Amino acid sequence: MTSPAVEAVGLSKRFGTREVLKGIDLRIAPGRVTGLVGPNAAGKSTLIKIVLGLVRADLGHLAVHGETVNGKVDYRRAIGYMPQAAKFPENLTGREVLRMLRDLRGVDGGLDQELIEQFRLEPELDKPIRTLSGGTRQKLSAAVTFLFHPSLLILDEPTAGLDPVASGIFKDKVRRARDARATVLLVSHTLSELEELADDIVFLLEGRVRFHGPLASLIELTGLANLERAVASLMRENAA
Amino acid sequence: MNTAARVVRFQLHDLVRNRWLLGYTVVLLGLTSALLWLGGGGERAIVSLLDVVLILVPLASVMFGTLYLYNAREFIELLLAQPVGRPAMFAGLYVGLTAPLVCGFGLGIGLPLLVSSATVSIPARALVILLATGILLTLIFTAIAFLLALRFEDRARGLGAALAVWLGFAVLYDGVVLLVVLAFGDYPLESPLLALTVLNPVDLGRVLLLLQFDIAALMGYTGAVFQRFFGDALGMATATVALLIWVAVPLAIGLRWFRRRDF
Repeated sequence: MTSPAVEAVGLSKRFGTREVLKGIDLRIAPGRVTGLVGPNAAGKSTLIKIVLGLVRADLGHLAVHGETVNGKVDYRRAIGYMPQAAKFPENLTGREVLRMLRDLRGVDGGLDQELIEQFRLEPELDKPIRTLSGGTRQKLSAAVTFLFHPSLLILDEPTAGLDPVASGIFKDKVRRARDARATVLLVSHTLSELEELADDIVFLLEGRVRFHGPLASLIELTGLANLERAVASLMRENAA
Repeated sequence: MNTAARVVRFQLHDLVRNRWLLGYTVVLLGLTSALLWLGGGGERAIVSLLDVVLILVPLASVMFGTLYLYNAREFIELLLAQPVGRPAMFAGLYVGLTAPLVCGFGLGIGLPLLVSSATVSIPARALVILLATGILLTLIFTAIAFLLALRFEDRARGLGAALAVWLGFAVLYDGVVLLVVLAFGDYPLESPLLALTVLNPVDLGRVLLLLQFDIAALMGYTGAVFQRFFGDALGMATATVALLIWVAVPLAIGLRWFRRRDF
């Protein structure tokens, strides 16, 4: 068996008195799209942030591509992160932001500019970011995410704020990345999007993993025809 | 070029186009010019200038610094998700924030002084100390801004705390010192007063500067104490070291918090 792209063992985190993660055990398979679902405050963001090194777990172990994270830096070279709402410095232009990130990673060439072309971002890159619309900023954020050929993509509600055309372009890009053996961790509330993209589903509830498996088996397990009903039934089951 | 330097360069790109920073420079330019040309005579103008530095520099540094850090929060998060270490990021952010403020200050105060130096005679030593004090206060109050922005999750509370810090150090502290003097006037107060001064960077700056102009007598009883203590080289060195400690301690705490923080 190939080693997992992300492996969590007994991951726990509390913020003050609130226990956000209560012992997460998870092995995210490489080269697949894993949808991370769950109600608000289930711990999805915290889990992602621990993978990114933005938040430190209180307990447990986390490895990315077989390397223990624990305060290290270099493993993030392989990660492309798209936050929920990207906020870039208002006075800069898109091109300056791209150059800055390239500088920061010490990468000269070989960038993946496909999304910049497909979103027709080129003419927007020389305008100050404060003059760009929310949708254009989100497109820029998506382009940044794919810029360095990441082998692990972490996408937090990526298509919220994108119009249907841009959303379609984005989803195609995710599929192509997956076909090129990239691992994708996709947080989404849009279940139709998950149905389109996800191979596996991780269902988080109150800081625990309640289901992890192929999308098809979730639907089979609950005996319901689509993901929306299957997830709703999982939530009901857990509440009962 | 290392990571910290890259962050600095990038911030400079952002901040040279910042309206608040431009406003700060213009206000300093205007005030300094007005004081020099309308204030009559170099020495008196410089004493007024001293008040501008002691009040405006801490205010601008702590408020602008805190505001900037809250505004940049999401972007800092994105940068920390890149292969960048936290200490390098912290160093880059701090230098990138203080450098434009120091330049704004240097330009706003220094330019009019340079232009007027032909007509108004100002002791060079006093000038150097004025500029150095302004720069040190900038370094101190931006370091405090980092502490506040890291400590308070909520932006409104962070900005409120920044305002409180400024009010406390630049305005209220003197009142407290005066109360102490009034209440305990019968006791020998040299050492407590010296301690109180060292605990406030704004006071340290004031004492350092006033003593340069031989008007310490204006400060009365405490002035005499300080004259005796700060007047000589050892006193000056002590005050300078105290100010440097005021830079180093908040920075060290800030770095510690920044490393451990959950973003």
